[in-house]
Amino acid sequence: MKTHYGIYGGQYVAETLMGPLAELEKAYLESREDAAFRAELESILHDYVGRETPLTHLKRLSAHLGGAQIVLKREDLNHTGAHKVNNTVGQALLARRMGKKRLIAETGAGMHGVATATVAALLGLPCEVYMGAIDVERQAPNVQRMRMLGAKVNPVSEGSATLKDAMNEAIRDWVANCDDTFYVIGTVAGPYPYPQMVRDFQSVIGREARRQMLEKFGRLPDQAIACVGGGSNAIGLFAGFMDDPVKLVGVEAGGKGLASGEHAASINGGRPGVLHGAKTYLLETPQGQIVDTYSVSAGLDYPGVGPEHAYLADTGRAEYSVICDDEAIAAFDMLCRFEGIIPALESSHALAEAIKRAPSLPADAILLVNLSGRGDKDMDNIANYRKAH
Amino acid sequence: MNRIQKTFSSAKEQGRSVFVAYLTVGCPTPEGTLKAIDKLVEGGADVIELGIPFSDPFADGAVIRSAAYKAIAQGVDMDAVLSVAAEARRRHPETPFVAFGYYNMIFSYGNEKFAGKAAAAGIDAVLAVDLPLEERGELVPVLKKHGLAFIPLIAPNTPMERVRRSAEGMEDGFLYAMTVKGVTGVRGSLPDDVAGRLDAIRRETGMSVVAGFGISSRGQGEALVKGHADGYVIGSAIVKKLCEEGWEKAESLV
Repeated sequence: MKTHYGIYGGQYVAETLMGPLAELEKAYLESREDAAFRAELESILHDYVGRETPLTHLKRLSAHLGGAQIVLKREDLNHTGAHKVNNTVGQALLARRMGKKRLIAETGAGMHGVATATVAALLGLPCEVYMGAIDVERQAPNVQRMRMLGAKVNPVSEGSATLKDAMNEAIRDWVANCDDTFYVIGTVAGPYPYPQMVRDFQSVIGREARRQMLEKFGRLPDQAIACVGGGSNAIGLFAGFMDDPVKLVGVEAGGKGLASGEHAASINGGRPGVLHGAKTYLLETPQGQIVDTYSVSAGLDYPGVGPEHAYLADTGRAEYSVICDDEAIAAFDMLCRFEGIIPALESSHALAEAIKRAPSLPADAILLVNLSGRGDKDMDNIANYRKAH
Repeated sequence: MNRIQKTFSSAKEQGRSVFVAYLTVGCPTPEGTLKAIDKLVEGGADVIELGIPFSDPFADGAVIRSAAYKAIAQGVDMDAVLSVAAEARRRHPETPFVAFGYYNMIFSYGNEKFAGKAAAAGIDAVLAVDLPLEERGELVPVLKKHGLAFIPLIAPNTPMERVRRSAEGMEDGFLYAMTVKGVTGVRGSLPDDVAGRLDAIRRETGMSVVAGFGISSRGQGEALVKGHADGYVIGSAIVKKLCEEGWEKAESLV
């Protein structure tokens, strides 16, 4: 196990959390070796989440673009509608194993909050979710879902009132209540062992996709493409192809364009810093204050990125591109009209990158895109965007 | 002996506790911070902690967070903190100053540049809230090179073996023992076992120990640490008066 990825990662937390992090690391490492734990995780993923998720070959869209074939990994078909649940099932089982009595989580778009509230109900654990007050407004349907599932949603109205502030508040709760509370982090960010642990739980995406590619197409994809906010669905996909000759492409949210300053592209537009327990690329002022980010997609609206992505970017093993709001919306529309699939705005960023790349590639090239979530939650956002443009 | 060591040893000779006062630099204003330091030192503060405002103060309670946001809104950055420190040093040559904040502010400024300028401004030590034992190696040697001490945090749940390792090589400063798990801020009561814990930390390390978090008055601080630790920190109570209640009318800040 490694605590750092090159210069990134680490455990930049207050001393009070070092004990709980050591306890978590121990439980996590033991659980990996425990066949009964793994069996229970797999059975919940199969019988409750509905795994495995299929690959879908986008025949009409690929023909329309006239180049490479685009294939989707359908994480949108998971129970709760996104990849987030792969991780919350794992962490909640770990919480129970550790004897923790209460789950807390941060959420941005609300998908991780819903996925945490869901497994909390499944395991009979009380759950509190911290969510920026602005996100509570713009993701109202997910707030209702969390409440329906029995979770308490705590709006966080200070700072920029978005995901980073929700995470600050969740950390404060955890520091004060670490004896009986398990903090379910939703992405591959935070202090070690979170980036490693969340990667492990999400790597089911890449493992399945690799096997399915070989079964269905008799070959690996040329490129594996996923959107990157914190980066958990991307790491999950990449994990399956890390040692293969497959190009790995992460797609950051370009918002209104890098030059506008209104974006959430931490790797492309940021520099190394330390936030929420890890050293990684951050969007910050020249003075070191973390800035407000912007994207049409709330789930990508985070000023940092998982430390492993920072490392993969520096080493060149993965490349990171930028897709702006308008391109993501255009990709959203195309998937709806050509294939009858309504994608999340987050995942639309990854699809947009594939749509950009496909025409210049041969027809036998395959672009594997992680469709990390479904778009039901985004109906109001799309309507508002269209009204404004 | 450096300023910190002198301060602790003279307090010990006089049989009294070291009073450490925290304030957020720039709240209400940088000029107000300087006046407040004057008032605190006149009123008996032995050590001043200069809080560096950060946008994401995840270890702080509501009072210090709000002070940080107000300071940032006025444009208070690391340069501003260092110039306040330099002016305060001119006015108070003997009082130890501790720069207190989150590591990103230092890292972003540049560890080497920060250490050089902090030493030149007359700062004596640095406390980075989110730089535990495992990570401090990237900053501590740079600080030492410039003659700055590093103040380790000790939590209520830090095992004794780890307390010893945290204290190693830090004899030019002191240990900051948190009385509670949680964020900064005044509390109705403190855990019963604080005194025993402070005794154990002092016994194990032989270092000067101050208790912080949740202490709201000098009386409470004195009673808490008497015979168990070398000093105590008052933070949120001072910041509240300073930034929220119109401190200029107040007789004293503590």
